[in-house]
Amino acid sequence: MLSRTAESLFWLTRYIERAENVARILTVGHRTATIAHSLGNLGNEWESTLRAAGCEDGFFERFEAATSATVIAYMVFDADNPSSIYSCLEAARRNGRAVRTALTVDMWEALNQTWQQLRTLDQTSTLEHSLIDFLDWVKERSLFFNGAYTNTMLRNDAFFFTRLGTFLERADNTARLLDVKYHILLPRDEEVGGALDYYQWQAILRSVSALRSYHWIYHDRLKPWLIAELLLLRPEMPRSLRASLEQIARHLDLLADAYGGRRGECHRLAGEMYARLRFGRIEDIFPAGLHEFLGAFLTQTAQLSNEINVFYLK
Amino acid sequence: MMGRETQAAAGHSAGFDEMHHAGACRAPYEIIRDWLEGLPPDFLLRKHAEAELLFRRIGVTFTVYSEGGDLERTIPFDIIPRVLDADEWAFLERGLRQRVRALNAFLVDIYNGREILRAGRIPQAPILLNASFRPEMQNFTPVHGAYTHVAGIDIVRLGPREFYVLEDNCRVPSGVSYMLENREAMTRLFPGLLGHHRVAPISHYPEELLDTLRSVAPPHCPGDPTVALLTPGIFNSAYYEHSFLADEMGIELVEGADLFIDDNIVFVRTTEGPRRVDVLYRRVDDDFLDPLTFRSDSTLGVPGLFGAYRAGNVTLANAVGTSIADDKSIYPYVPEMVRFYLGEEPLLANVPTFDCGRAEDFSYVLSHLEDLVVKEARGSGGYGMLVGPQASAAERETFAARLRARPGDYIAQPTLALSTCPTYVESGIAPRHVDLRPFVLVGKKIHIVPGGLTRVALREGSLVVNSSQGGGTKDTWVLETRC
Repeated sequence: MLSRTAESLFWLTRYIERAENVARILTVGHRTATIAHSLGNLGNEWESTLRAAGCEDGFFERFEAATSATVIAYMVFDADNPSSIYSCLEAARRNGRAVRTALTVDMWEALNQTWQQLRTLDQTSTLEHSLIDFLDWVKERSLFFNGAYTNTMLRNDAFFFTRLGTFLERADNTARLLDVKYHILLPRDEEVGGALDYYQWQAILRSVSALRSYHWIYHDRLKPWLIAELLLLRPEMPRSLRASLEQIARHLDLLADAYGGRRGECHRLAGEMYARLRFGRIEDIFPAGLHEFLGAFLTQTAQLSNEINVFYLK
Repeated sequence: MMGRETQAAAGHSAGFDEMHHAGACRAPYEIIRDWLEGLPPDFLLRKHAEAELLFRRIGVTFTVYSEGGDLERTIPFDIIPRVLDADEWAFLERGLRQRVRALNAFLVDIYNGREILRAGRIPQAPILLNASFRPEMQNFTPVHGAYTHVAGIDIVRLGPREFYVLEDNCRVPSGVSYMLENREAMTRLFPGLLGHHRVAPISHYPEELLDTLRSVAPPHCPGDPTVALLTPGIFNSAYYEHSFLADEMGIELVEGADLFIDDNIVFVRTTEGPRRVDVLYRRVDDDFLDPLTFRSDSTLGVPGLFGAYRAGNVTLANAVGTSIADDKSIYPYVPEMVRFYLGEEPLLANVPTFDCGRAEDFSYVLSHLEDLVVKEARGSGGYGMLVGPQASAAERETFAARLRARPGDYIAQPTLALSTCPTYVESGIAPRHVDLRPFVLVGKKIHIVPGGLTRVALREGSLVVNSSQGGGTKDTWVLETRC
């Protein structure tokens, strides 16, 4: 297939996934800020929200302080912020339209309808009165689109590239989220400290729809290292780094098979990253520093994206 | 959306009615008459609504260049077909073949020996000084001498046997997707109607196009030629057509950035690595094809593409430089081309055309502005045009001043009464003016799918068939029987 077509499919799902993650991060930020406020702690939840979404640099170029109003406006509708929900959904639709014949009818309709609804939304009123409903809607639309492509696309190279976009973005987002929150919550003890910390950790799990999964898997109180293990290493957890890398490595392999065995650095790197997560142990990662581990992981994820780009998309 | 403007003229005369003539229904339309007579009262209204839905759902759209809003619109489709019988079509087909052969012969000649100029049959100035003339194409002949691989020849009808060529579109004519979708829509809406009559099929057009493109692959092309369609991209008004044709032919739809040139060979970037391209059906204008040769600010083309073309490593269809053959200032000489290159009398007549660059024509035009349509010789899209009979005295005065300033830039034609066909409009069924664009494929052989795209001016009395001006389209039937 055309490199451009593959590239558009890859970015199409990356942007959809990013929109969903920004919505999740904002939901958590909103919840945490409310709780922090009620518990009398006025630490800046909104800065960490920006960091989790990877948009603090762009934000501080334009704004002095991270307040709930500025951060939310910047991350929801700001067309000048390339990672705002608005920009992500616009970019997703633009990529989809460019390769419309490569999409199934269901994919196109899901994408187009999302964009049409977003475009005609009253932004001011949404920010003021129905932010949480809106964030839920974004999550729903992403789940809807992912369902549409998963259930209607042919299992060929186009599908594999589409899949790569979803999981590469997801790995990046989960790592970011964990890193940022972990940083604020530098745990001193085995168990989560005060009430605020407890809610913060709970919020992280909620943001990746994993609060119930945690209890289901561990039957235990919230413990930072177990939460980290869940989000890093557990294969059952669909947003964990391991689960994401497993999908990435698998779909790169499928591509290599489809193209007569041709492989490159992206295949090696994905295999290495996956192996580290598959055979890694949380008790080894923690002492060496979770932050360092996640930092290295984010660098490698960016490198992997670049290698995929060089090998297939250019 | 069809590219160049096509208004023949504006007038008041009723025009030849293709269905009712001399107090009777003409033979080719008897099947339409019988069909319409047998329909329940609100049947057409229902089908009309169904047709609209159908086109929206399939997503047949064209882009309207305007600010904001939804850029994608559908073109109104009229559910009553236009009919030509076998004899009428046979005549048209002969005329089209003849004309297109002459146009291609002219292009080969004008970029090589220029025999026609040396013989004094066409004056040199309008050609050699024309911005459409591409000096880069001199001393180069495309495979099989085919320049205009797809030609859209716009035909108007004035009487039972009177067909005129209004203009030749030799560059990148569009509209064929509408021709195909219209037939598809008719088949779905009225399955019985088409089934009961012997109407020449057209759905094989994409196959014929692909055959044509493959037949002009470079002679030393290794193996099975790879054909791709080069589009300017999703913002082009005819993007739907580009993706439609690529899909139907099963070839890649590429943009400039998908291609690169290495050692004068064209490659497309694929996920499996670079793949050689042998034939490009390009829907990008000459100016934008290659920033190294033509407009350097173009981002739609491919740097080095023209070099690869001249080196004979890729075929571009249509060829570069074809616009010299469809320039309006050249149009008056096409009948002469037929005589000169083929030694035949032209079967299809030109609309009489006044070349304002010529003193005697110019003075006639100035004194008859109220009867004439005056167009810019190199204009397109209907801009800079005066429709004399519909213009006010003041408008004619303003236009006359522009004419006097640059007479050589204008041509003029008499007002033509285009033929009419029964058309479904709000008030019921009424005659509306039509034209016809058949698509002529030129490769190793010439092939014409029967019929073409009929455009219809939906407003009463209007002669403007352009989609941007309230024009619609109809399915065009060529009967396989004589009437």
